[in-house]
Amino acid sequence: MMEKMIFGRFIPSDSFVHKMDPRSKLLFVFAFIVVVFLANNVVTYALLLAFTLFVILMSKIRLYFLINGLKPVIILLVFTFMIHILFTREGDIIFQLGFLKVYEEGLRQGIFISIRFLVLVFMTSILTLTTSPISITDGLETLLNPLKKMKLPVHELALMMSIALRFIPTLMDETDKIMKAQMARGSDLSAGPLKDRIKAVVPLLVPLFVSAFKRAEDLATAMEVRGYRGGEGRTRYRQLKWDWRDTTGLVLLAAVTILLVGLRN
Amino acid sequence: MDIKLQQVSYAYSMGTPFEKYALFDVDLAIPSQTYQAIIGHTGSGKSTILQHFNGLLKPSKGQVHIGERVIEAGKKAKELKPIRQKVGIVFQFPEHQLFEETVLKDIMFGPMNFGVSEAEAEKRARELIKLVGLPEETLNKSPFDLSGGQMRRVAIAGVLAMDPEVIVLDEPTAGLDPRGQREIMDMFYTLHKERGLTTILVTHSMEDAAKYADRIAIMHEGKCVLNGTPHEIFSDAKTLENYRLELPHIVRFQQKIENMMNQHLSKICLTEEELAEEVSRVLRKGRGQQ
Amino acid sequence: MTEILSFNNVSYSYTPDNPDARKAVQNVSFSIQQGEWIAIVGHNGSGKSTMVKLVSGLLFPQEGEVRVMREVLTEDNLWEIRSQIGMVFQNPDNQFVGATVQDDVAFALENSGVPYEDMVERVHKSLAQVKMEKFLNHEPHHLSGGQKQRVAIAGALAMRPKILILDESTSMLDPQGRDEVLKTVRALREEIGLTVLSITHDVEEALYADRILFMNDGKKYAEGTPTEIFALGDKLVEFGLELPFAMRMTKLLQSKGVQLVGEHMTEEELVNDLWTSNFNK
Repeated sequence: MMEKMIFGRFIPSDSFVHKMDPRSKLLFVFAFIVVVFLANNVVTYALLLAFTLFVILMSKIRLYFLINGLKPVIILLVFTFMIHILFTREGDIIFQLGFLKVYEEGLRQGIFISIRFLVLVFMTSILTLTTSPISITDGLETLLNPLKKMKLPVHELALMMSIALRFIPTLMDETDKIMKAQMARGSDLSAGPLKDRIKAVVPLLVPLFVSAFKRAEDLATAMEVRGYRGGEGRTRYRQLKWDWRDTTGLVLLAAVTILLVGLRN
Repeated sequence: MDIKLQQVSYAYSMGTPFEKYALFDVDLAIPSQTYQAIIGHTGSGKSTILQHFNGLLKPSKGQVHIGERVIEAGKKAKELKPIRQKVGIVFQFPEHQLFEETVLKDIMFGPMNFGVSEAEAEKRARELIKLVGLPEETLNKSPFDLSGGQMRRVAIAGVLAMDPEVIVLDEPTAGLDPRGQREIMDMFYTLHKERGLTTILVTHSMEDAAKYADRIAIMHEGKCVLNGTPHEIFSDAKTLENYRLELPHIVRFQQKIENMMNQHLSKICLTEEELAEEVSRVLRKGRGQQ
Repeated sequence: MTEILSFNNVSYSYTPDNPDARKAVQNVSFSIQQGEWIAIVGHNGSGKSTMVKLVSGLLFPQEGEVRVMREVLTEDNLWEIRSQIGMVFQNPDNQFVGATVQDDVAFALENSGVPYEDMVERVHKSLAQVKMEKFLNHEPHHLSGGQKQRVAIAGALAMRPKILILDESTSMLDPQGRDEVLKTVRALREEIGLTVLSITHDVEEALYADRILFMNDGKKYAEGTPTEIFALGDKLVEFGLELPFAMRMTKLLQSKGVQLVGEHMTEEELVNDLWTSNFNK
């Protein structure tokens, strides 16, 4: 069950994109999300698509993983495409089926929106596929650091996130184990009416919570004994390094942005 | 109840780039009422194999025979409940599966899932709590108020309450203190004998395998590489070493004595009692000759 | 000799308002000198884990005092004292804080504000000391229990502690993991003369110690060298412990009429005695 979750999974490699600093990648993706909305004609959308394909190439990520990342949002994609096709009534009618009329502008908008969707999903997937969750956390912590002045507990949030990430595999194994143990005792999670299924979740959730609390308690003890008392006076072992790749990446995005502004209607 | 694995292979994450085989062509027949130990290194496939004994995992290739039932790769396995009632599994650290408000309810959970009446389930719980060495008052307590060792016993009672014919034990004594370990292992052995159970012990402990098992199977890198009586298995130290396994402490000690005496004892001794007897016999004989 | 740690008439009760309740630790005194290995043994519930909490300042004694480096442990010097104590707990998963091996080893260093360059050097050195230097970037769920415990030891070593405390650190491991961890600790003793306090119910582990503290029902029942403690024989068994293998074997052989001169802690001694008393005449 858990094994199939590929979306958001980090695939280690040594590509150009992998070697970039998480800060530059985060900035890149945030900026890209805005830039995408600049496109409004065939040339600009083609440019977006080409640029995305280029980034995919640079990341050396197999298309399989990107397509898989698309699966959860595919329904949304088809839905928005259909909405545009059916409700935009401009330009010539290019296709008619009974009372359903498909207009040229509708088709064009439908395709544009789908491309926008596609490039956004691809770019964010590339971020998570090429950056380990812990690096993303590091990047976010540094980028959000100025907010400390506004009393935002940036360090604590980042630590919470990194511990949560660290324990995900452990807790997944645990869930699997407890589920199997209860199934071996005749509990059935996958069959029967909804009421029974909800009841069958209790034997899974109670042990999981008990164990999670026990782990949290142990972890808190271990952290305290190892001298943890908040972010004050701490040094950082994980150092982030900004190099030519990061500058190149952002310059490239800036160039694409300028092109888009120039080429849009 | 007989259990038989025929050419069983199992792969995790089938059909994704993460596909990884954990078992390769495993053949293993466990006749009814055998005490079968399965030993092997961490990652040898032990815990994957044990989940095949009651249909928690379905083979990717091959067949698993559980009594009359056959679970076959590629075919839908329906109605696994009867199998799960007959094959009870005590997982590693089974105390993690406790969830009910009282010990009594937790022990009754298994049997009631299999359609046993409430009265009967309660009767079993009252018998079993004593069998696992806890006072009857424990039944009304919350399992979470008990010590780790007591929780372990309650969890074991919960599995036994299903009245299984086959009992699968995955490192049942891990983390217990020496007395707890001995008590639990002896209890399972008594049950095995008295109730004519088929017992499958998955363990790291060569000592337990030597002491209790009729037959020992050795798992190595997903394959079942050896299966024989303890005497057969432990008389071949070289082969064991190849599978990165050690002889039981008692057998290693026997070797030291044999080296010192410069002669072999007449057999491989599997318990301390047996070895002491054998050494004293050799010495008496030696004295007789002088 | 330098005293590293001592308990002076320490008592602790989890229910101090109830004078009738049994105290978890009752009037316990002992001391550890630099370079010693002390084992505290006792069955589950004998007060061992409460003692660990008292050493690390997670609990404070209601009576008596705990001294680390001759200084009485109080709320004021707690953090300073903690930085001199390395601890390895029972569950290998629940003490792994970092995302990778090197992050985890660096955790305590970060907490005490060690500069970056210094940290890198200390992380690499301590990982080399436990022979885990090849696993720098491994994530915890890809390590075995024994490896995780060795990382935990490295994390403690990086702080250059005065004493390493092993709180049932081997009890959840398979035999191989247990051997790995014990070998590591023994090697560290030889290389850097580390002072060790191990809490255990594994008698074979306790045999490595210079001295054993035998706890029962919150009280120190006996203290002495392994030979002295295991001479208590059946008393230990009565309290839920086992005798070491060589001793059990000695007793069994004697009961079968085999001549032996003494009680033996190690197999080598026993085999030698068997030889001299029976063959080499």
